[in-house]
Amino acid sequence: MLNQLQIIGHKSLNFFQRLGRGHILIFDVLKGIASLLPRPRLVVQQLYSVGVLSLIIIVVSGFFVGMVMGLQGYNTLVDFGAEESLGVMVALSLVRELGPVVTALLFAGRAGSALTAEIGLMKATEQLSAMEMMAVDPIRRVLSPRFVAGFISMPLLAAMFSAVGVLGGFFVGVGLLGVDDGAYWSQMQASVDIYDDIYNGVIKSLVFGFVVTWIAIFEGYDAIPTSEGVSRATTRTVVHSSLAVLGLDFILTALMFN
Amino acid sequence: MDDKNTLVKVRNLKFARNDRMIFDGVDLDIQRGKVTVIMGPSGTGKTTLLRLIGRQIRPLEGTIEVDGEEVTTLSHRGLYELRKRMGMLFQNGALLTDLNVFDNIAYPLREHTNLSEELIRTLVIMKLQAVGLRGARDLMPAELSGGMARRVALARAIALDPMMIMYDEPFTGQDPISMGVLVRLIRNLNDALGLTSIVVSHDIEEASSIADYIYLLSGGKVVAHGTTEDLANSDSEWAQQFMNGKPDGPVPFHFQAAPYASDLNID
Ligand SMILES: Nc1ncnc2c1ncn2[C@@H]1O[C@H](COP(=O)(O)OP(=O)(O)OP(=O)(O)O)[C@@H](O)[C@H]1O
Ligand SMILES: [Mg+2]
Repeated sequence: MLNQLQIIGHKSLNFFQRLGRGHILIFDVLKGIASLLPRPRLVVQQLYSVGVLSLIIIVVSGFFVGMVMGLQGYNTLVDFGAEESLGVMVALSLVRELGPVVTALLFAGRAGSALTAEIGLMKATEQLSAMEMMAVDPIRRVLSPRFVAGFISMPLLAAMFSAVGVLGGFFVGVGLLGVDDGAYWSQMQASVDIYDDIYNGVIKSLVFGFVVTWIAIFEGYDAIPTSEGVSRATTRTVVHSSLAVLGLDFILTALMFN
Repeated sequence: MDDKNTLVKVRNLKFARNDRMIFDGVDLDIQRGKVTVIMGPSGTGKTTLLRLIGRQIRPLEGTIEVDGEEVTTLSHRGLYELRKRMGMLFQNGALLTDLNVFDNIAYPLREHTNLSEELIRTLVIMKLQAVGLRGARDLMPAELSGGMARRVALARAIALDPMMIMYDEPFTGQDPISMGVLVRLIRNLNDALGLTSIVVSHDIEEASSIADYIYLLSGGKVVAHGTTEDLANSDSEWAQQFMNGKPDGPVPFHFQAAPYASDLNID
């Protein structure tokens, strides 16, 4: 009994210590952003590896999700004779929900895990220590550019996901199932609101970008510097950021569309 | 000892890992312009000592003064300024794996100076020539052997012409030829550039051939120190055992453990 209490106590202490370290780290990372202004190249490089290299998986997934929505939406709407509204349905679900959320989940798996593994391995092979001894602060030099790149990439990738998804819905709905071309677009234009829908979707993906990238770089930086430690940290990045995204999505949705 | 000539002054250093004392009251003086060798059995904390001097970790107690500055309480900025004047050669090289040999050596120059690419190129080639790896400049770190990686790391450590260099086991993994070159290189760098060198090493022969002064660490304490002759002629058991590589003596070969018999469950 006492033993279990001790274990619980130890685990929660660990948890709160990690939470504390995570907050100190993000604070330092944000402070480090100022030092990137004279050297935008650092961020551009990371935008490529974090953002551009994630494009394929995002675009392909977006297209498939859009096609599935076209199919499912048509089957539901056609019962009510409302298949003209397919465009609205596809666009709203993508912009409000699926775009930000699915992009964030894919991003965590594709880019988040890569960030954690890269930073963790740099730690394990003493590259971060070597930078420190060369008087180069690894937080500013390694973490901050990656953080900025993740934060910028996420909304762009989510926008891409939604745009391609709308095309996927169009392809199935209009191309294959014969929904009216004009109705698909005009109803969408009429019902999707810039503020209510698009703006809120962008806020969501900014929040997700912040959180997922934060988790990814923290897990890498805090990893136990061994192969096993890095592999566990990578797993934790994917699990924790997926849970964080889903949980935050609920909270944000409740706040935005109550 | 004369204070002005002391570059690194360690007093009453205490440090523990997982409740195990690694250092328990260590005093050290590293003289300017000299090669000081730190020897000790594996696992005594030689690497840890270098990390403490560079403040990658902080001690439990005690003071570490480098060039008149107390590193344990230095501000972030002060620390980074100080580190620009320190070079460190890591035990495994610790090269940046996404850059090739050339860019690894150019890295500190590009980070901390505004030199033109032309000048940087000249400097890098000179450093590479010094370690005999000018031909390897386009290789990636993964394409180097362990010994080559360490020599590249050495070239990187001297890129900024620091006032002091800490070498963590520079001789391991070197063949007899490059070993000889390295020994001379460390000595020459030290004398020609007026550096101060701290060399951590197990290789008694190489180490004592370049050492101006030797510290022997064991069990968290300095057990003997002096010039090479001092130690060779010393009647300290520690010095005798270490300098002659005897398995018996005050330095235990085994990491601290329960009695052997009880570990084997023989009662
Ligand atoms: N990150 C760590 N966590 C816990 N203990 C550590 C850690 N790093 C080192 N130690 C312990 O500190 C002691 C000193 O380690 P250190 O690497 O300084 O030894 P060393 O003298 O450099 O040995 P070697 O000659 O084999 O390189 C070791 O006994 C090791 O068990
Ligand atoms: Mg060591």
